Amino acid sequence: MMMNEGIKLSEDKGLKVNETNRIKDRLFKILQRNIVPIIFTITCLFGMMMANIPIPFLLTSIFTRIFRNSFMVLSLIIPVMAGMGLNFGIVLGAMAGQMALVAITHWEITGGLGLFVAFIITTPIALFFGWLAGIILNKARGREMITSLILGFFANGLYQLFFLYFMGTIIPIKNKTLMLSTGVGVRNTVDLKAIKYALDRAFTGIIDFNGWLKGIAEMIFGQITFMPYVPLATFLLIILLCLGLKFFTKTKMGQEFRSVGQNNHISEIMGINVEKTRILSVVISTVLAGWAQLIFLQNIGTLNTYGSHVQVGLFAVAALLIGGASVTRATIGQALLGTVLFHTLFIIAPLTGQVLLGDPQVGEYFRVFAAYGVIGVALGLHAWQKQREIRDKLKSD
Amino acid sequence: MRSNAISLINNIGYPRLIIASFLLLLLIMAFVLEMDMPDLFSSVLIRTAMNGILVLAMVPSIKAGLGPNFALPIGIVCGLVGAVVSIEMGYQGFAGFFSALAIAIPLAILAGIIYGYLLNKVKGQEMTVGTYAGFSIASGMCIFWLLAPLYSPKMIWPYGGAGLRVTITLDGIFDKVLNNFLSFEIFGMWVPTGLILFWIICSLLVKMFARSKTGLAMQAAGSNPGFARSSGINVNQTRIIGNTISTVLGAIGILVYAQSYGFLQLYTAPLFMAFPAVAAILIGGASINKATITHVFIGTFLFQSLLVVAMPVTNLIIQGNMAEIARIIIGNGMILYALTRSVGSE
Amino acid sequence: MSVDLILEMKGIEKDYYGNKVLKGIDLKLGPGEVHAMIGENGAGKSTLMNILFGMPVIRKTGGFKGQILIDGNEVTINSPEEAMALGIGMVHQEFMLIPGFTLTENIKLNREITNPNLISKVLGQKLEGLNFNKMNQDARDALDSLGLAVDETKLISGLPVSYMQFVEIAREIDKKNIKVMVFDEPTAALTEEDAETLLVVMKKITDSGISILFISHRLDEVLKVADRITVIRDGEIVGQPNRQNTSVHELARLMVGRKVERVKKEVDQEEFLTRSEIMRIKNLRVEMPGEAVKGLDLTIKQGEILGIGGLAGQGKIGIANGIMGLYESTGEIYFQGQKIGLNSPTEALKQGLAFVSEDRRGVGLLLDESIERNIGLTAMQIQGKFLKQIARFKFINLEDHDILRKHALKMIENLDIRCTGPDQLTQRLSGGNQQKVCIARAITMNPELLFVSEPTRGIDVGAKKIVLDLLVRLNEERGMTIVITSSEMAELKMIADRIAIVYNGELEGILSPDASDVEFGLMMAGEYKNKEVS
Repeated sequence: MMMNEGIKLSEDKGLKVNETNRIKDRLFKILQRNIVPIIFTITCLFGMMMANIPIPFLLTSIFTRIFRNSFMVLSLIIPVMAGMGLNFGIVLGAMAGQMALVAITHWEITGGLGLFVAFIITTPIALFFGWLAGIILNKARGREMITSLILGFFANGLYQLFFLYFMGTIIPIKNKTLMLSTGVGVRNTVDLKAIKYALDRAFTGIIDFNGWLKGIAEMIFGQITFMPYVPLATFLLIILLCLGLKFFTKTKMGQEFRSVGQNNHISEIMGINVEKTRILSVVISTVLAGWAQLIFLQNIGTLNTYGSHVQVGLFAVAALLIGGASVTRATIGQALLGTVLFHTLFIIAPLTGQVLLGDPQVGEYFRVFAAYGVIGVALGLHAWQKQREIRDKLKSD
Repeated sequence: MRSNAISLINNIGYPRLIIASFLLLLLIMAFVLEMDMPDLFSSVLIRTAMNGILVLAMVPSIKAGLGPNFALPIGIVCGLVGAVVSIEMGYQGFAGFFSALAIAIPLAILAGIIYGYLLNKVKGQEMTVGTYAGFSIASGMCIFWLLAPLYSPKMIWPYGGAGLRVTITLDGIFDKVLNNFLSFEIFGMWVPTGLILFWIICSLLVKMFARSKTGLAMQAAGSNPGFARSSGINVNQTRIIGNTISTVLGAIGILVYAQSYGFLQLYTAPLFMAFPAVAAILIGGASINKATITHVFIGTFLFQSLLVVAMPVTNLIIQGNMAEIARIIIGNGMILYALTRSVGSE
Repeated sequence: MSVDLILEMKGIEKDYYGNKVLKGIDLKLGPGEVHAMIGENGAGKSTLMNILFGMPVIRKTGGFKGQILIDGNEVTINSPEEAMALGIGMVHQEFMLIPGFTLTENIKLNREITNPNLISKVLGQKLEGLNFNKMNQDARDALDSLGLAVDETKLISGLPVSYMQFVEIAREIDKKNIKVMVFDEPTAALTEEDAETLLVVMKKITDSGISILFISHRLDEVLKVADRITVIRDGEIVGQPNRQNTSVHELARLMVGRKVERVKKEVDQEEFLTRSEIMRIKNLRVEMPGEAVKGLDLTIKQGEILGIGGLAGQGKIGIANGIMGLYESTGEIYFQGQKIGLNSPTEALKQGLAFVSEDRRGVGLLLDESIERNIGLTAMQIQGKFLKQIARFKFINLEDHDILRKHALKMIENLDIRCTGPDQLTQRLSGGNQQKVCIARAITMNPELLFVSEPTRGIDVGAKKIVLDLLVRLNEERGMTIVITSSEMAELKMIADRIAIVYNGELEGILSPDASDVEFGLMMAGEYKNKEVS
């Protein structure tokens, strides 16, 4: 509609850096951005060498844990995208999942159908919890992370109240096998044998997936003595979630999430409903976490009624961060890498502790310390960066 | 009239009102159930005073503008180190208690300064960072308890096993030295004079500091850094001072707590100790950026007596340990309430 | 100019809590017209734009009176979205661009082009996939129409600042229904050459039939591009000339002109010349965001009241803040012949300078502390006043409450602070009384030289007079030298002996309070030096 001659604008002088510096800078940046996974990789390798852990054992354990846990870690990505930080409130999702499991155990619905019903029950409960959490977090803007953490603790109190005192009193329970001997309160452990591996081995007997895998591996490596088990259905579900997340980022809604995550104020001015978007991100995360807990527990096979959910937030967040994510940026790759590294550390830390210091306890304490520490450092770095950004912004004006 | 009543309620605050009425209800129930009231009251006194200094530790940190000190476990592990070293050296009674203090306080000062320096790098996110700083230090110290070169038979496992015991009994070391000091009985109620005195002295010292030149500078910096800077106050420095005092009080607080409780709790015990203290001061009427000694007294009393009274009463009515759940719900509920009330810093 | 109007605003009135800020504004805008709006800060320009843009703040404060017509039809605008739907676009003064997004993503923000897919058919439109090809094409077209050759897939964060304004314009152009574009001081953040380019771009935009409302205080720019100019002062239109029949002079006079009654006696000019200097400022640079000082020279005479005026953003506020060490600064300051250090509030206060900040709530007061603490704290920290020791412990410095109370009571009486007592919290005081507490805090330091910034901002008319009288009294009775910085030229004319005007971070000139409005207007618009040269 107008003329096409270009206009010339003044460039910032600082922008013209010479090329060699740029390459160096970029390398340095890549290194800096991935420093956490690099350090943990080195730690894991060091631990492995020291403890001389048999590879088959290690691989089998890691595979089991990856399929068990990555769904949960992936459920953290969307709130990060929407600028809510690390959602420690996924504990609420886990509780929803456990409620569903108690329900199907009570009704004695078993096998694949039982797990399916559990998924169906989990969803509305998690939706509701997520919605409440979203509203609360909206009221605590700027400190979502500590609020979601405390919210998790608080909800845990209510959860205990519900399962220990309401079950069998306010809510009559006919199935006595679930209950403590007094008739009030759910037992500390609930046997989930009825649905154990219901998802992991859903396709066993239909296709021999692991057999094929072994065949392929033997074609490449020659004769092999062992092969880590891959639970096909779980594997497919995780892939589906990854694809879903990828798809989501490329939709209109995903764009709104990213925009809200980067700047609330501008998004608001541009007509995006910021509050609603933020609530929605927590809801999605909570529902995913609910499903993740089902995947986790069908693999474990027993529900620790008052304990299974407690550390969920801590471990998932630590795994994500170890994968190189930050409070404002988390990718699928980081989530998966983090799961591998964190659980490798989990397996080898006690063994290394045994070898190095003669006590497996040291290793166990070390991995808990590493989990808390990596979160602390990530949060600290984030706050520090923010403070510097504000200062730089004031200066550049 | 109506508006007066409403403004009175607003002044007291709904949470305090609800908790106070709940406490009253429990007390009435206890009375009706013919429980040993003097015994109950003396438990309330002891529990309140033994937790008091840990709650007091929140005051300087809030006043300095750092928010409640969620990193209290840092101070607590300093106190515990003081205690185990003192036991290792074989001190007993008051000598044991005070030598523990003498070792713990310099450690806490050092830790407080270092951590305060870090906190200046993360302004606006002190609570979130503090929570995990506390968690990581406390869990890192687990390794220390396991490997520490301490050999006193009072602290290591009797039948082998590495490291210090999870709980160390203070019986014959400095168990209840403060509680028993000048204690007396009145109407069947046992009063731990020394414990209460110690709490009051610490509170008075904090109050005196609040009235000093440095203390006033710190409060100014906490409530309005802009004002403080324009008055020539070094805001970063006052923040470090506030954090250091809070950490030292954390160290003192855990020793006072331990001598009353009769046990030192090592390993993961310090991990979650900040939360009840934060909850108590918030129940007392403090907010994330404003706290006084009065808030400490009211809050500790309400929170602790609620827990003390709730346990036997609920035990009579329903089975199980309801008090623990009440602590979780009320404590975290209170913190949640405070977090969602005042406007965010960003 | 054609008769049919794109936008008409009729009899717009608006008050904030009884304080009338717009008193019947009429504005007409034809197609393809550039209409400039000028006025001092606080004249009502931004309120008018907020009304046009349906900003929530207007509704929250009780709405406005008057009509808005678009294409001759009356409309109600309740939200920015409604304004946008009606074809009103805004180029914001602060950039509304997300740094982590590409140019395309910013231009298309919340107006993305999407393709439906299987999932979106089930779960709703929001899950439609983004069509980046089409979006990039649109963004490219908008950028091309401005002649901006930058790659649309680049991130905003990698762009030089000068480009951002143009990206914002491209976003507005991309809204195909756009009829009116509001430019709110668009050249403020640009270099002179870029500002020239912007003016060219504005011409291009109007050539395509879009009208422009142009808010600025650069008179020369206004005269270059505007077809018509509306001058607003105190919420009223004081002139609406066409470009052809006006001049920088006339605009300057219209913008400032106002009768004032002087509070302070005129000084004897001859005696004034013989007075010694109390402070000499040489090449002062202050990095205060939005109020940067860029090499200012100024001398202050013993015992005078020096006014510092100028438009917002020109750096007048930065001077006192820099000298007092609150913002990073460089240069040389000689106070009573001695060179003093910069960047340290303590040093400045110890030398005998004191400051009443323009940011009353942010810097001036401790809102949740008592009046007496507010008054005494600075003097306590710097001069060790109001302190006592316990016995012989020299290192324990406790607040001496009795002495502080006595001093506070004296101040409350002297300055006539209306309060329930010295222990009342300052947040409960009215604006005027809060300001008096700030002044009390400063004079408790017994300063030789007092800086006062925007002393009457946000306080009611009666209190304004009292505060100004107080400053004159301090000057006359105590012989205190006062430097008052204000956006309200009228109050400077009322009490200052000399008025220094700051433009673009430098001293534009010094005028006598009875100088003509034209001279003030020209200086504030930065046209004074130019005129002298030409």
